[in-house]
Amino acid sequence: MLEVKDLRVSVEGKEILKGLNLTINAGEVHAIMGPNGAGKSTLSAIIAGREGYEITGGSITYLGQDLLEMDIEERAREGLLLGFQYPVEIPGVKNVYLLKAALNAKRKHLGLPEIEAPEFMKLVREKLAFMKMDNSFLHRSVNEGFSGGEKKRNEILQMLILEPKLALLDEIDSGLDIDALKIVSHGVNSLRDAGRSIVMVTHYQRLLDYIVPDHIHVLSDGKIIKSGDKSLALALEERGYDWVIEEAAQ
Amino acid sequence: MANQEEMEQLVRREYKQGFVTDIESDTVLPGLNEEVIRFISAKKEEPQWMLDWRLAAFEQWKQMEEPQWAHVHYPAIDFQAISYYSAPKSSDDKPKSLDEVDPKLLETYEKLGIPLHERAALAGVAMDMVFDSVSVTTTFKEKLGEAGVIFCSISEAIREYPDLVRQYLGSVVPVTDNFYAALNCAVFSDGSFVYVPKGVKCPMELSTYFRINAANTGQFERTLIICAEGAQVSYLEGCTAPMRDENQLHAAVVELVALEDANIKYSTVQNWYPGDEEGKGGIYNFVTKRGECRGDNSKISWTQVETGSAVTWKYPSCVLKGKNSVGEFYSVAVTNNMQQADTGTKMIHIGEGSRSTIISKGISAGRSDQSYRGLVKVLPSAKGARNFTQCDSLLIGDQCGAHTFPYQEIANSTAQIEHEATTSKIGEDQLFYCRQRGIAEEDAVNMIVNGFCKDVFKELPMEFAVEAEALLSVSLEGAVG
Repeated sequence: MLEVKDLRVSVEGKEILKGLNLTINAGEVHAIMGPNGAGKSTLSAIIAGREGYEITGGSITYLGQDLLEMDIEERAREGLLLGFQYPVEIPGVKNVYLLKAALNAKRKHLGLPEIEAPEFMKLVREKLAFMKMDNSFLHRSVNEGFSGGEKKRNEILQMLILEPKLALLDEIDSGLDIDALKIVSHGVNSLRDAGRSIVMVTHYQRLLDYIVPDHIHVLSDGKIIKSGDKSLALALEERGYDWVIEEAAQ
Repeated sequence: MANQEEMEQLVRREYKQGFVTDIESDTVLPGLNEEVIRFISAKKEEPQWMLDWRLAAFEQWKQMEEPQWAHVHYPAIDFQAISYYSAPKSSDDKPKSLDEVDPKLLETYEKLGIPLHERAALAGVAMDMVFDSVSVTTTFKEKLGEAGVIFCSISEAIREYPDLVRQYLGSVVPVTDNFYAALNCAVFSDGSFVYVPKGVKCPMELSTYFRINAANTGQFERTLIICAEGAQVSYLEGCTAPMRDENQLHAAVVELVALEDANIKYSTVQNWYPGDEEGKGGIYNFVTKRGECRGDNSKISWTQVETGSAVTWKYPSCVLKGKNSVGEFYSVAVTNNMQQADTGTKMIHIGEGSRSTIISKGISAGRSDQSYRGLVKVLPSAKGARNFTQCDSLLIGDQCGAHTFPYQEIANSTAQIEHEATTSKIGEDQLFYCRQRGIAEEDAVNMIVNGFCKDVFKELPMEFAVEAEALLSVSLEGAVG
């Protein structure tokens, strides 16, 4: 699905990612953890195609294509979805409008006709109910005046409708109370599928109790310094990151 | 608008009978003097009082100076180099069909989704070759006539309804109001006149587009709309399609009068030629628009979408004399490339309990520069007056400018005034978010801009609103990336 090789990225001359390697296979769920400033958010931004970063070396292959050569929207239409840590507000643009535009952009890319209004509404209502969201969400402006939890649920709603092949979830658990965390996790888990990969970037072990990953990676100082299975998260929770960093230095 | 369909059916009909024009093809030499004004007045067969009014205005104008306070820059205008009267072009000079029209203009019409028959009219193809305007106008006039509504050109009104015109002309915008208004008084070419009698709700939206010879109102348009007690009218000015025009200077005056319980809604879409990317050749639009809520409980609402002109100077205003009268101003102004706009409104509260709302949305792109200039004035008599002002600016790119000049003069302590202002850059974050959902950059810009303008668009008559959205996307084409 995704192969990151020796990726080096700088921002304003400062190297953030220093030769990062990561392989994600179809059907897998990965969690990337690490201390603040390790480069976790930079990694998801680079994969999604955000501008303002200088890629000084390495490669990213997505579904056999050179991802770094693709536009932001092209990556999205090919099934790459980024769940934002801080979803932006777009005043005056209704949620339902954004959802429909996004879905139709993808359908057009796949050579499908635009979705019929009744079919679309049926799909949206079904997913809203699944996320325990009220229908009024559709007619509110995108993320405007949403609570932290509502914003995150909205991200997962978009994911349920767009059905990505690779979902990158950046701190999807931040700002969630336990009930919202359960709903969000339930939404993500419902998308687990042999053909789909999920990458979560998180600070906390707590999320991993609800969405259990197949692989955990520790990102520190621009590199993956340790990988393991879900037991690694528990060790990190207990002992922090220092021992991993020390181990890697030896 | 039930009559829209009817109207369209009529215009779609095949050409049946000729349209007779008996206009001599003469244009006066450039320059402005008493002789020119006498000539204009004579051409229009105006009564003596009208000529006297024009001449008096001309005397006033000569004493006045061009205003310099607006935040716009343009080369000095040589008022003696302008020709103040040109007869409508005869059909012989106009393109005979769309095949003779600049393909680029046609491309724009296509993008705006303008119906074929309208494209021809807009491109200046001789009207009589396009559709039978006589029967359109006749049906239209009959319907209005039944309701007692007068809707005609101001020239016709001066001849046919002199008492009404004399009573109201210049009563809202005095001759000496400002330099351009005085100029307009002296040399105005043509425009619309509307009178809705007591208690009548005008049965259709009035649009300049359907008024005969509307295409030839010239550079000094003059419009006067009067709504008698309890009457209502919605008036649409302009058109979303770019109008071709040879005249560089436009100085219009629009006056609205609302008597007791009357309601006037005036919507404008202005898309005149903004000049090329360097700003060359665009139109200067120096307009005075003012409405007076003369009666108690009357209401005047201005809604405007401005995307055209090289330089705009325009402040549609309301004088709220009546008790509990209401003034509204909803505006979207878009500037791109080298366009400059200094626009806003004035709300003058005189009547007790008068209320006003100002919602202004400015979008600047390219190297354009835009200012909002608004005055809220509450006189001692306006007990309990209220105003809400919101003016938001959206910047696209980093070479454009947005400025806000809000003025408040409050002379009654019971007044409640609220002012909110924001300036935002079209967010990299918003664009990234939309593109990450697969939405193309241009579409994302349109979506964000339309969202930004929603509060104003919802005030526009339905069919105008749809066109306005399309217009925005055409105006901002290439503004990003």
